[in-house]
Amino acid sequence: CVSMLQLPLVVTAQVDVVLLLVSFLSLWTRLTQLGYPNAVVFDEVYYGQFVSLYMKRVFFIDDSGPPLGHMILALGAYLGGFDGNFVWNRIGAEYPSSVSVVGLRLLPAVCGSLCVPLVYLLTLELRFSHLAALGAAVLLLLENSLIVQSRFMLLESVLIFFLLLAAFSYLRFHNAAPHRVKYMGVFSYLLLLGVASLHTWNLIGDRTLSVCVQCVCRAVCLLVVPLLLYVFWFYVHLTLLHRSGPHDQLMSSAFQASLEGGLSRITQGQPLEVAYGSQVTLRSSASQPIPCWLHSHKVNYPIRYENGRGSSHQQQVTCYPFKDVNNWWIIKDPDRQDLVVSSPPRPVRHGDVIQLLHGMTSRFLNSHDVAAPMSPHSQEVSGYIDFNVSMPAQNLWRVDVLNREAESESWKTILSDVRLVHVNTSAVLKLSGVSLPDWGFRQLEVVAEKHFKSQSVGWTVEEHRYGTSQEQKEREAELHSPTHIDVDRKISFWAKFLELQWKMLTVKLEDSEHKYSSSPLEWVTMETNIAYWLHSSTNAQIHLIGNPVSWGVANLSLLAYQLLAAIYLLRRRRGFKDLPDGAWCQFVCLGCVCVGGWLVNFVPFLLMEKTLFLYHYLPALCYLHLLTPALLEHTHTHLLSRATHRRALCVCVTAVLVSVFLSYRTFCPLTYGSPELSANQLQGLKWRDSWDILYRRR
Amino acid sequence: MDEECITQWNKTGDTSTLRNRKIFPTSEKTLQTPSTLLSKDKNKKFSKDPPTRVLLMLVVGLSFSTRLYKITEPPHVCWDETHFGKMGSYYINRTFFFDVHPPLGKMLIGLAGYMTGYDGTFPFIKPGDKYKHHNYWGMRGFCAALGSCLPIFAYLIVLELSQSHSAALITAILLIFDTGFITISQYILLDPILMFFIMAAVLSMVKFNQQRCSPFAASWWLWLVLTGANLAGALGVKFVGLFVILLVGLNTVWDLWRLLGDLSLSLVEIAKHFLARVVGLILLPLFLYVTIFAIHFVVLNKSGPGDGFFSSAFQSRLIGNNLHNASMPEYLAYGSTITVKNLRIAGGYLHSHWHLYPEGVGARQQQVTAYLHKDYNNLWLVHRQDANESQSGTPDLVRHGDIIRLEHKETTRNLHGHLHEAPLTKKHFQVTGYGINGTGDTNDLWQVEVCGGQNGDLVKVLRSKVRFLHRATGCVLYSSGKTLPKWGWEQVEVTCSPYLKETPSSQWNIEDHINPKLPNISLSVLKPHFLEILLESHIVMIRGNSGLKPKDNEMNSKPWHWPINYQGLRFSGVNDTEYRVYLLGNPVVWWMNLASLGLYPIMVAVVSIAIQRGFSLKHSHVLMREGGLLLFGWLLHYAPFYTMGRVLYYHHYFPAMLFSSMLTGITFDILLKSTDLILRPPYSDRLQTLGQMVLLFSVLYSFYLFHPLSYGMTGPLAHEPGSTMAGLKWMDSWEF
Repeated sequence: CVSMLQLPLVVTAQVDVVLLLVSFLSLWTRLTQLGYPNAVVFDEVYYGQFVSLYMKRVFFIDDSGPPLGHMILALGAYLGGFDGNFVWNRIGAEYPSSVSVVGLRLLPAVCGSLCVPLVYLLTLELRFSHLAALGAAVLLLLENSLIVQSRFMLLESVLIFFLLLAAFSYLRFHNAAPHRVKYMGVFSYLLLLGVASLHTWNLIGDRTLSVCVQCVCRAVCLLVVPLLLYVFWFYVHLTLLHRSGPHDQLMSSAFQASLEGGLSRITQGQPLEVAYGSQVTLRSSASQPIPCWLHSHKVNYPIRYENGRGSSHQQQVTCYPFKDVNNWWIIKDPDRQDLVVSSPPRPVRHGDVIQLLHGMTSRFLNSHDVAAPMSPHSQEVSGYIDFNVSMPAQNLWRVDVLNREAESESWKTILSDVRLVHVNTSAVLKLSGVSLPDWGFRQLEVVAEKHFKSQSVGWTVEEHRYGTSQEQKEREAELHSPTHIDVDRKISFWAKFLELQWKMLTVKLEDSEHKYSSSPLEWVTMETNIAYWLHSSTNAQIHLIGNPVSWGVANLSLLAYQLLAAIYLLRRRRGFKDLPDGAWCQFVCLGCVCVGGWLVNFVPFLLMEKTLFLYHYLPALCYLHLLTPALLEHTHTHLLSRATHRRALCVCVTAVLVSVFLSYRTFCPLTYGSPELSANQLQGLKWRDSWDILYRRR
Repeated sequence: MDEECITQWNKTGDTSTLRNRKIFPTSEKTLQTPSTLLSKDKNKKFSKDPPTRVLLMLVVGLSFSTRLYKITEPPHVCWDETHFGKMGSYYINRTFFFDVHPPLGKMLIGLAGYMTGYDGTFPFIKPGDKYKHHNYWGMRGFCAALGSCLPIFAYLIVLELSQSHSAALITAILLIFDTGFITISQYILLDPILMFFIMAAVLSMVKFNQQRCSPFAASWWLWLVLTGANLAGALGVKFVGLFVILLVGLNTVWDLWRLLGDLSLSLVEIAKHFLARVVGLILLPLFLYVTIFAIHFVVLNKSGPGDGFFSSAFQSRLIGNNLHNASMPEYLAYGSTITVKNLRIAGGYLHSHWHLYPEGVGARQQQVTAYLHKDYNNLWLVHRQDANESQSGTPDLVRHGDIIRLEHKETTRNLHGHLHEAPLTKKHFQVTGYGINGTGDTNDLWQVEVCGGQNGDLVKVLRSKVRFLHRATGCVLYSSGKTLPKWGWEQVEVTCSPYLKETPSSQWNIEDHINPKLPNISLSVLKPHFLEILLESHIVMIRGNSGLKPKDNEMNSKPWHWPINYQGLRFSGVNDTEYRVYLLGNPVVWWMNLASLGLYPIMVAVVSIAIQRGFSLKHSHVLMREGGLLLFGWLLHYAPFYTMGRVLYYHHYFPAMLFSSMLTGITFDILLKSTDLILRPPYSDRLQTLGQMVLLFSVLYSFYLFHPLSYGMTGPLAHEPGSTMAGLKWMDSWEF
């Protein structure tokens, strides 16, 4: 013990001063005056809603991606003490003093700032010099668009941070997995996977190694771990959000019933098994995203339609997208007269034949060989009225439980997906997908069809109770009263997870063109900008505009790399080796990471049909900013041999850096929203005709 | 280069030494064996081999007999015959029409009809119309003859690639006995013609690749030129031909890359190779393709249903069009009735109708759109700003800088703009019809501007490019080219653009000009140059193609449906009383193809791991190189459909299906030949024969079961009692 104390306590630390300086500058540019403007800026209005929903633990679904990004924003808000009580309704709305604006914006801003040192380290990992690394960091540091995107409660900076982190980690052979913020991350992930599998492939060729262990290790790290993490984030997401909310109706009845409030408030305590005498509402499982229920009302089909075809003139049966007392139907045994549930209840099973009686009008659900109003290939479905015109009632329906596990499966509330087959014609009750005209109150048409696609024929019992009143009047009163509550019903996490995945892939919440939306080809030349915020009384405003100089330099370097690569490749093919093998490897690696990164983050957008914005280009841009200094260094060491040329290059680089800085300075007012500029100054900043800069008329 | 010439003969030659897998020290050394001469000898001997000819004759016979059987049944119009038969008639009648596909296919159909005595008088109004006395068999027979070539070409391609008769035969049998290919070949459609050219191009390409040992020889040139010609043919029928062009292009790039790496060739030699390919595969097809269009425009010289899609200048070429030797007042005047055409290619006429913009789309006023067809709702009246027309004498002429009001003739609304977002292009303003009987407000005023004109210039009908500037907001009348949704009758959006740059979208010309008070003067419209017509018709076709959007309430075919044979197409008949033909692939054949698509990557993975670990397997070259080519062909003809926004049909998969079947031939053949990896020789050969027999009989038997799909069914539907197809509805989604 004594001998240990005799040793001096030594801490040796190597500090990269440049890295520290760059990090400090980065934090400074991203974090100063973070609370300004004290108003909702652009997509904050969108993400803010989700943050609020997290705070309130209300379930939502967002098609832009998995929930990690939203959760990070929510975490920031939670730490900042935000309670979710703010109405996110309009861009430019002032935050009340109770909302900690800095708290909301801090985490994305920090992520955005950390991108700069990360790029520095990444360049070093690509085996370029500290000077090149510094260049890349400076380009990122002075990129106005990245600054703007980092300073608000938006996801891109978080996404970019994780993308760069993943690339960096892999290059360091730490094999860390990329996290998922948005589905865009998938493309980068695939690139990474490609590089990794190439490495693994070479490994397989090396017969001296025990290949299996290596392969399995890599597979686990790069495939299994991300998958587990992905599932884990959803687990957290679904655990946190257990209350019903605005997007309930997109989900299946079973999913809704698992959320607190909403549908479960109605359905809890319902009897599980549908029995003869049950009163039910039948929801169509085909009518996504808007739900609708089998419905009838005291109006008949018109005798003749507009096109001259005739109808049965019996009572209309439709599908109605709102809860209504006319959605109630009573399950009746064809052999008995009573409409109440016997005790013990006799459950309806798969294959049973039933009649369906409309609760309010007491008409039987009927179908016959009459063409349906809008879909003449199919049979009309009606509430049967006997007009004495030799049109007998054909009101028997067979119950097919589609998701049955046994042949004698009973019909269960919410859980069973049921097909109703018309006994006389073996047609199936289904939604045709067409709305009726005015005479049908624009409700959805219901038909019976023999040739059906299996996916659009399911019906689910949503509200259910055992009928007790034999008298029509009492029954109507019973139908008007709300259903009761007691037990609670759960579906497994995996069922919820899979349903959520499917919905996120298929549901499109919004689809129209936006005032500031743009096409991917416009991004490369920065034809567009996005106005993020305009002061409510002055000309102070914030725009997403990139630094035009560095943007141009990035495009140039992309072209230069491709040209250079083509020349090298052709010459190598003819046997001229311009570069030593080490340098060639480095050059190829640079291309794989930077040009590859740019491609996978850009090309998929060309094929997408959703509304796209300039900020979708930012991840791709970061890769180009990585490329520029590395390419310059390559030129310096391998292409220029004479000292004068090298000196000229240095001068050029300096000039470019200075102009990057100057253009950054010029656009600062639009990046930080202050100081306010006059109309003339704003006009001067409109470097491109297609940019939208706002002027307030005085 | 020699390496390529030799390797393919390794497998046809004596492979007994390679029978069992061996470990080679390096993979490169195995390739450096015999000389070129030897292989050539073998080539000759091989092609004179009697089985080749017998087998080929067998394939030809079976192929033609299956396709030509019952060719005239049913004697009524089936499915898309209503389009392509009609277009064939248009060629015979020399009437101008518009179609989204290039003209070669329809020209050939028209030619075939003409040669066999069809006179072009059958109207082809709708599917189900009886042909009666009209000579339709010639057109069907022509398509069927081209369709019969597909299995033959496939046989030859696979034989050339794999040098294995059994692989080629498997492919041919799959294609000959596929009900889908029989059905699609038997009717007046573009698909058999398209696929004929695609397969011919691939065959020529493969043959050309085989000639690499004797560059610049006569046969080398022959196959090169044939490849080019067939490429032009494929593209001339449908734009799907682009995919095979891509396939050939990439193959050529790969070939050139190989040549570049051959250091024994001088740069001059390589340049010669390069130029030869440029001539054969770019210039020649381009020339042929342009020639097709030239013939198209020369033949079709009468006005017809397609006029409205084209510009005023184009229409003036057509006999019978009102712009042909047009006669109308020369300068735009107040009080005239006019039609206004957008100058963007396929821009349409300024149009309005008795329908309002729906709620939530700007102001709820009358729609203004651009419409491609000629119609009374395209007529507009030109008024002065202050509404009082001069009643007597010659009307005043409109000049550059004048402020006018445009009144829609049918609905008496004024062309109106205001500061609401346009329905689709949100950066622009909405344009509506407003007011009644010509009285509106100040938002109805537009300033006329002749492009390149000065104040006081007159507006020349047909020849001046005119812009309409909105007085109140300063924006310019614009046609965005985007198709409005159902509420806008899928017409084209018209907006008012605040961006004043002069583009064809914001320029209009006055096409019809009616003013009884002014003398009509014969106008010679500037005749367009041929290249202008060519460009214009292409842009119109591309627009038309992307405009074929799926309808909301229709069940759409999705690309993933196709390989699993999920759902077919009704060619003829729906009910049990009708004669029904249903386009659906033979499920056994299609599912075999699906299985081989799954099997192929697994086999490639196994083989590549083996090679990477230093083993060598026979057939690995055929499997990876040639199989890879076919897989790539399949991908090229299939994957792009996932990104297409237009409406898709089941029959779009058939070109991809050809490649898939050829891949199946190679994959199954190699799989069966690999039995010797598990069994000793006598047993392995027996197992191989057994496998081939099972394959053959399952295809034949399934064809026997499903042949009514192609050759016609009557009576009850498959799920009803008493049907001839009872028990064959294996998937719920099949509709027969």
